[in-house]
Amino acid sequence: MSFEQALPYIFLLLMALSILIYAILDGFDLGVGILLHRSSRTHRNQMIASIGPFWDANETWLVLAVGILLIAFPTAHSIFLRELYIPVLFLILGLIIRGVAFDFRAKAVTKYQNLWDQVFRLGSILATASQGFMMGAYVTGFEDSVQAFLFSCLSAVCITAAYAYIGGAWLVLKTEGELQQYAARKARTAGWFTGLGVLSICVANPLINPQVAERWFSLPAAILLLPIPLTTFSLMLVVDYYLKKVPWNNDLGCWIPFTAVAGVFFMCLVGLAYSYYPYVIPNKLLAVDAASSSKSLSFVFYGVAIVLPIILIYTLFSYRIFKGKTTALEYS
Amino acid sequence: MLETFLLSRIQFATNISFHILFPSISIALAWFLFYFKVRHEISGHPVWLRCYRFWVKIFALTFAIGVVSGITMSFQFGTNWPGFMERVGNIAGPLLGYEVLTAFFMEATFLGAMLFGMKRLPSWVHTLCTFLVAIGTSMSAFWILALNSWMQTPQGHIMVDGVAHPEDWVQIIFNPSFPYRLLHTLLASGLTASFLVAGISAYRIWKGDNKLAPKVALKAGIFTAAVLIPLQIFIGDLHGLNTLKHQPQKIAAMEGIWETQNGAPLLLFAIPDEEQRTNHFEIAVPKLASIILTHDSNGEVKGLNEFEGEHPPVKAVFFSFRIMIGVGLLMLIVSWLVSWFLVTKKTLQKKTLLTLVSMSFSGWVATLAGWYVTEIGRQPYLVSGVLKTSEAVTNLPPSNVLFSLIVYVITYTLIMVAFLHTIFYMARKSAAVPEFDLSDLNSGTSLTNYKGNGVNSNNQPIGESV
Repeated sequence: MSFEQALPYIFLLLMALSILIYAILDGFDLGVGILLHRSSRTHRNQMIASIGPFWDANETWLVLAVGILLIAFPTAHSIFLRELYIPVLFLILGLIIRGVAFDFRAKAVTKYQNLWDQVFRLGSILATASQGFMMGAYVTGFEDSVQAFLFSCLSAVCITAAYAYIGGAWLVLKTEGELQQYAARKARTAGWFTGLGVLSICVANPLINPQVAERWFSLPAAILLLPIPLTTFSLMLVVDYYLKKVPWNNDLGCWIPFTAVAGVFFMCLVGLAYSYYPYVIPNKLLAVDAASSSKSLSFVFYGVAIVLPIILIYTLFSYRIFKGKTTALEYS
Repeated sequence: MLETFLLSRIQFATNISFHILFPSISIALAWFLFYFKVRHEISGHPVWLRCYRFWVKIFALTFAIGVVSGITMSFQFGTNWPGFMERVGNIAGPLLGYEVLTAFFMEATFLGAMLFGMKRLPSWVHTLCTFLVAIGTSMSAFWILALNSWMQTPQGHIMVDGVAHPEDWVQIIFNPSFPYRLLHTLLASGLTASFLVAGISAYRIWKGDNKLAPKVALKAGIFTAAVLIPLQIFIGDLHGLNTLKHQPQKIAAMEGIWETQNGAPLLLFAIPDEEQRTNHFEIAVPKLASIILTHDSNGEVKGLNEFEGEHPPVKAVFFSFRIMIGVGLLMLIVSWLVSWFLVTKKTLQKKTLLTLVSMSFSGWVATLAGWYVTEIGRQPYLVSGVLKTSEAVTNLPPSNVLFSLIVYVITYTLIMVAFLHTIFYMARKSAAVPEFDLSDLNSGTSLTNYKGNGVNSNNQPIGESV
């Protein structure tokens, strides 16, 4: 395979990578928004402080993922956004209102501050539920039926749970005391819903797509692939056990839930990618058929090859600056 | 019911008009912040940190609204204009991609460190973060204007089966209108931020804020504006000449000239009538349009009738152009007069302060008007000569587009109200904060010509404060 022929697959990989990074990074800050404490403003301030320096950059991974879809697979981009016009609108609306609420909550007149907190939570839930719905519609191949719609709704609930799961795990890492225990409880519940979501996709996906069924259940693939679901569910059990025992002495292993949930996200993405490769829209559009001209792709490829490592380095730099337990958020 | 095409156009115009307001502040405001931070770095005087701290909050707010409304833009191409990506995606895609890679990540990541990392970072690293945010915002302008300019004056591509394929990226990026448009837009951002900084500072002073910080910021804003506005007029003129060469129909619409003529007059006012293809109520200066556009009193200016069916809607372009010029001239007068007052009288009267307050968002008006001139001026094409706007639109049912349009309009209206409300609220809140203790400052080394005494007195002259 020449470099030109490989380009669509390279971009497919890059898109998967940015979706994964997006789901983990923006996942935790969306999750914190979903779990935003109802009664205590102090806790809310701490929760927001834990994501303050990061949310902007985290959201950029979504722009990159959509950007790659747009740049590398314009046909797929058009189909995707046409089919999902209304869910996309709600996703955008959610992201808009939570983004502005984040800033307004600290700056607005005091009597509106709690209102902005509500908007922040609502925006987060709207964004995650829309993403979940879109994910469901994608898996069912944009089918226009009641079952597909219900499945998409289930997916909306479960993806929201998954984001709450990683958000809670992030809070366990970044906070302590009462708030940490609150986060652990919430994350545990969210974990169960996430598990339900993963299971339902595992069941529905092969039923809908014969290609997927064949890939997963034929021998010897079935045995070779067994580690994927096994790892996923063992990680979830580890997290569940850890969260149940919070607080640990000396905050032992406070990084475990977040890392493990990130691992779960990774495994789920690998599973989905394996199911659909080399399609960019399941059963409808191959990556090669949707790809842009190779001259355009190679021009972007060089940019990505140079810039992406730099982006990763300074992203790590920014997480290092704010490592450890969260302190109050000040513009100083 | 309205058709999808018209609704999609209204929606896109709404989205981009709302979006552009925020980057037009934040691009240049980032450089103001960097300036404040560097001055603090050099002098150690707390007033610069005060300026920085107040404006960094407004920057954060502006930036956040810019980011979220920008995300909307990245979806719009696919949702409403699929033809755009299908026909010219090979050009547009990579340019947008480079914007994300070289600008979005940089500004967003270092923004976190800039906003919340001051205590966790050595001061110079924090200043560096501020610098990188400023670079990021300007890089973003570079790429998006490269794409926008390519849509105006496309080159460096070949068409194969109706699809544009890149031939030469240098030619694509540095297309004929790009340098002018980039400079014109960056200067517009500079002016928008300058008048905002000056206006909100004037508001604080008017509300009784006698601290040093708003005075320093007001001066920084108004002097910057006084320097930028003549530059802007000069660049604007060059941009116009460039447009005359590459998009004469746009100039004809801007000038309201129907028939090609030698020694064309400059219309100060008129009501263009596209049905009768003439103007009503003209107030004209003879030959001036020819002099400005061709630098020759009998120079030929092409009229709209040469481009029938291929030229933009005249009224919108004609009036937007006059609004932009009008605001620009107002900016020139106000910034020079206020600078003159500051240099000579060292103090500002209440009505001068109020004038500045009323000009706080004048940059928005000029930017939007200018943007309409150039974007409506490109119609009926989406990419000049390559793709008509009507060919790119989605085939969604109009009800979907109407629904999303209503959602956007409501959301944006609420955000705009909250934004303006919050900015003035923050200004009033800052006005109430007490001045820092100046007694332990070593005025000899702290700030170039800082005079410590009398800062808290009510009749502190502005001009002497820094």
